[in-house]
Amino acid sequence: MINSTTHEFSLEALRAGDRSEFARLVDAYSAPIYRLGLKMLSNPQDAEDVLQNTFLNALLHLADFEGRSSVSTWLYRIASNEALMLIRRKKANFSIEDMQPEDSDDEVMPETFVDWSLLPENELLSEEGKRAIDSAIKHLPESLRMVFILRDIEDLSIKETAEILNLSETNVKTRLLRARMALREKLSAYYGERNPRKEKE
Amino acid sequence: MSAHSHENCQALLGTLSEYIDGELPADLCKEIEKHLEGCENCRIVVNTTRRTIDLVQAPQQSEALPDDVRERLFKRLNLDTYLREKLSNGQGG
Repeated sequence: MINSTTHEFSLEALRAGDRSEFARLVDAYSAPIYRLGLKMLSNPQDAEDVLQNTFLNALLHLADFEGRSSVSTWLYRIASNEALMLIRRKKANFSIEDMQPEDSDDEVMPETFVDWSLLPENELLSEEGKRAIDSAIKHLPESLRMVFILRDIEDLSIKETAEILNLSETNVKTRLLRARMALREKLSAYYGERNPRKEKE
Repeated sequence: MSAHSHENCQALLGTLSEYIDGELPADLCKEIEKHLEGCENCRIVVNTTRRTIDLVQAPQQSEALPDDVRERLFKRLNLDTYLREKLSNGQGG
C-alpha cells in the first residue's frame, strides 16, 4: 500500500531525465504495481511483465506527462492498462473452462448469513484460508477485480480509483459494492463451514 | 432472501460500502445502527463484509517485491547503479 503523502517526486527532475529521481519512483511503486499484476493475472511471470512494461512505458512517456493527475494516479493508470491488455491477449488462448462470468447487472443480494467475523485471526489467515481469499479474488469478474484491488488492497480513494480507470465515482462505488458482496459470499461459504455457530434461516 | 427483504435492509445495502468506510453523515449512521440493533442478518452482513476487507488487506501490506524481480526490473530500466547503491545500503525491497 502506498501512502501518497509520503512519496513526493520532482516532476521537473523526472521529465528532465534525472535517473536518480526515476530510480526513487521505481522503488516506491514497484511493490504495489507488482501486487496489482499478481492479483489481476494470478501468475508471477505475468505480474513481472506488467511491472516492467509499466515502468518502460512511464519512461517513454514521462516527457508528455503534464502533471494534471498525480504521478501515482498516472503510474497506476499505465499499470492497470498493461494488466488489462495482457488479460485480453491471454484470453485469445483461453479454454472455455478458464472463462469467467461476465460482469452483469444482477442485484447484489446477500444470501449467506453466518457470522464468521469473530473466528480467530490465525484460523482466518491460515495457509488454506489465504488460498481461499486469493481464489475468491481471482474469480471476481475483471472489471470488479480491478476496482477492488485499487480501492481495498491498495487503499486508494474512490476518486483516485475513478481517475485511474477513467470511470465515474458512482460507477466505482457500484463495482466496489458488488465486488465486496461477491467476496463476502465466497468467504462466508468457506468460513461458514468452519464456524460452530449455526446459519440463520 | 425471503426472510430478509424488508425496506430498511435494502436501504442499508445501498449504503453499505460508505457506512463501512466511515463516509456517511453521523445522523445516517445513527439510523443504520438503530436498524442493526434489531436486524441480525444485516448485522452479520456488516460484520462479515468489514472482516472480508480486513482479511484481504492484512497479508498484502507486508508483502515486499521479491529481490530477484526487483533486480531484473532495475536492469531492464538500466538503473543497475541505483540497485547496487540501495542494496549495499541495506535498503533493498
